[in-house]
Amino acid sequence: MIDYYSLLRRDIRFVEGLNACMNCGVCTAICPAAEFYNYDPRSICNILMTKDNEKIEHLLKTDSIWYCGQCLSCKTRCPRGNVPALLISALRHLSQVTGLFTNSEKGRQQYAIFKTIGENIINTGYCIHLALINLKLHPEQGPVMVWYKENAEDVTDLLGANYNKLGEGALRKISQDNLDELKKIFNITGGTDLYNSINKYSKTKAKELNINCEDTIENSAYFFHVFLSKE
Amino acid sequence: MEKGYWKDYQKAIATDNYFYERSCIRQTFFPGSENAFIKIIREELGLKIIDDKNLHTCSGIGYYSGIVPLETTMTVIARLFSLMSETSSRNFVSSCVTSFGLINEVLDMWEHFPEKLESTRYYLKEATGRSFELPHNVAHSSDIIYLHRKALKKKMIYSLVNKKTGEPLRVVEHIGCHYAKIFPQHGVGGAEFPQVLAGIIKEWGGQVIDYPERRHCCGFGFRQYLIMANRGYSIANSKKKFESMKPYKPDFIISNCPGCSMFMDRWQYTIAEMEGVTYDDEQKGIPVLTYEELTGILLGYNPWELGLQLHQIQCEPLLDKIGIPYIIDKKYIGKSGKKLNHPLKPKNIIA
Ligand code: SF4
Ligand code: SF4
Repeated sequence: MIDYYSLLRRDIRFVEGLNACMNCGVCTAICPAAEFYNYDPRSICNILMTKDNEKIEHLLKTDSIWYCGQCLSCKTRCPRGNVPALLISALRHLSQVTGLFTNSEKGRQQYAIFKTIGENIINTGYCIHLALINLKLHPEQGPVMVWYKENAEDVTDLLGANYNKLGEGALRKISQDNLDELKKIFNITGGTDLYNSINKYSKTKAKELNINCEDTIENSAYFFHVFLSKE
Repeated sequence: MEKGYWKDYQKAIATDNYFYERSCIRQTFFPGSENAFIKIIREELGLKIIDDKNLHTCSGIGYYSGIVPLETTMTVIARLFSLMSETSSRNFVSSCVTSFGLINEVLDMWEHFPEKLESTRYYLKEATGRSFELPHNVAHSSDIIYLHRKALKKKMIYSLVNKKTGEPLRVVEHIGCHYAKIFPQHGVGGAEFPQVLAGIIKEWGGQVIDYPERRHCCGFGFRQYLIMANRGYSIANSKKKFESMKPYKPDFIISNCPGCSMFMDRWQYTIAEMEGVTYDDEQKGIPVLTYEELTGILLGYNPWELGLQLHQIQCEPLLDKIGIPYIIDKKYIGKSGKKLNHPLKPKNIIA
């Protein structure tokens, strides 16, 4: 069995995030995710303090590590200076590197984030950009947003933006030399490896579930399977 | 109580020569706000701000969603610092609360783990040939407006007073979790007594509403909003805030974070469409402004050039309360001057 605990100890977020939790539950009391989901940051700390590798492996396979909204409210409040949010980040990273994330419904959703935000970053230099918002995935955006997207260039010009053009300004096109440097940063720091890992394990899972997983979102039943969590 | 404590959470804010880090979310949903911010700094305050064409994302939304590793994010941020280092400025100003929080986190980690700073320097050099200096000052763009609030007030044509009643407008402010919950010492007023927007509101004539869920998260939650199956988390958190603020009858909401601004606007629309509920008395919703939009309208800027027509909750009732004139026929006209079609009307909210 992989020594998950040692791998976690190598992540500075894990080292920074856990200093002898006293199980007071203050983090859980303030946590918006604990209010909405069956989630309890206190018990995550508790499990990690046992250093029990089997329990940690189980955690990496379950929905529990995917509920946190990374609001960091727990950091402000923990009397021991612990940061459950950082522990969650370390656990999520390990779950994706080892492929265990595909064992849980919430974990499998990482594929959809990679296909949207992840590809946006590397292809355009933006996490999100007006041109990249697919309104089919965002009905909550409402009719004004539909209007805004339909008239994007004319409207953003009025607002002083530089829509999809090179140079300074809001919503500008980010030049290829900048994107090349971003790509090299992703290659050397493990960003590309993590993308590949999410992609590879997701494709394997899709095969196992007998769901088509093509690279274009529109044609990928697996993308919508995880995005809508249809079981 | 409040007066005694928040003063402990003052922070140093650079007074001039800013390096502007644009926000993916603010550019997308509120491009007029970023444009107005630069205009306010340069033209109203006569100060220097650098808008670099080589900027890119800090990768924050990817990082907090778990798909971008820490080392990658550190090096992406290091590249932003490298762009800053090529200029005369060392005063980094972020237009995004998430980015502001993440940059403070990265700087803090580099302090606790200096070997991570060294490895980041190595990665950036290997990948791009670049080196970088650390900023002398990191601020969120609202900090800059807060710092110059008195100077700006002198230039303002309007104030936060109801023109008809002469009463101060009642304002809900939302500073966003990553502004001060990660490092209270880096936010004006800390996480307890948020002052960055409250100070602006009070200075400009308004009254701040202190409602029970004032400090609660808007519910973005990164992967919680980004995935449709999880979006209930996001809307439930905003709903909790709306229900808590409703009895105080806010005239409008002002938000620090571009994401929170967008969510508190769109979720009011969504809740109205789903449940027929609005949180004002007239079934119009509570307008949500960015601090740049607020500064801009009080300075007399054209609301349509600030981008108020991009809000799903219409802002005209607020403009009317303050007494700000606007030409309604120009609301849906772009730069070309061509008359554009109008957006469809929502079912349950008067627009
Ligand atoms: S608040 Fe801190 S000490 Fe208390 S349970 Fe949470 S992590 Fe442990
Ligand atoms: S960061 Fe996560 S664990 Fe911490 S309070 Fe927010 S949702 Fe809860």
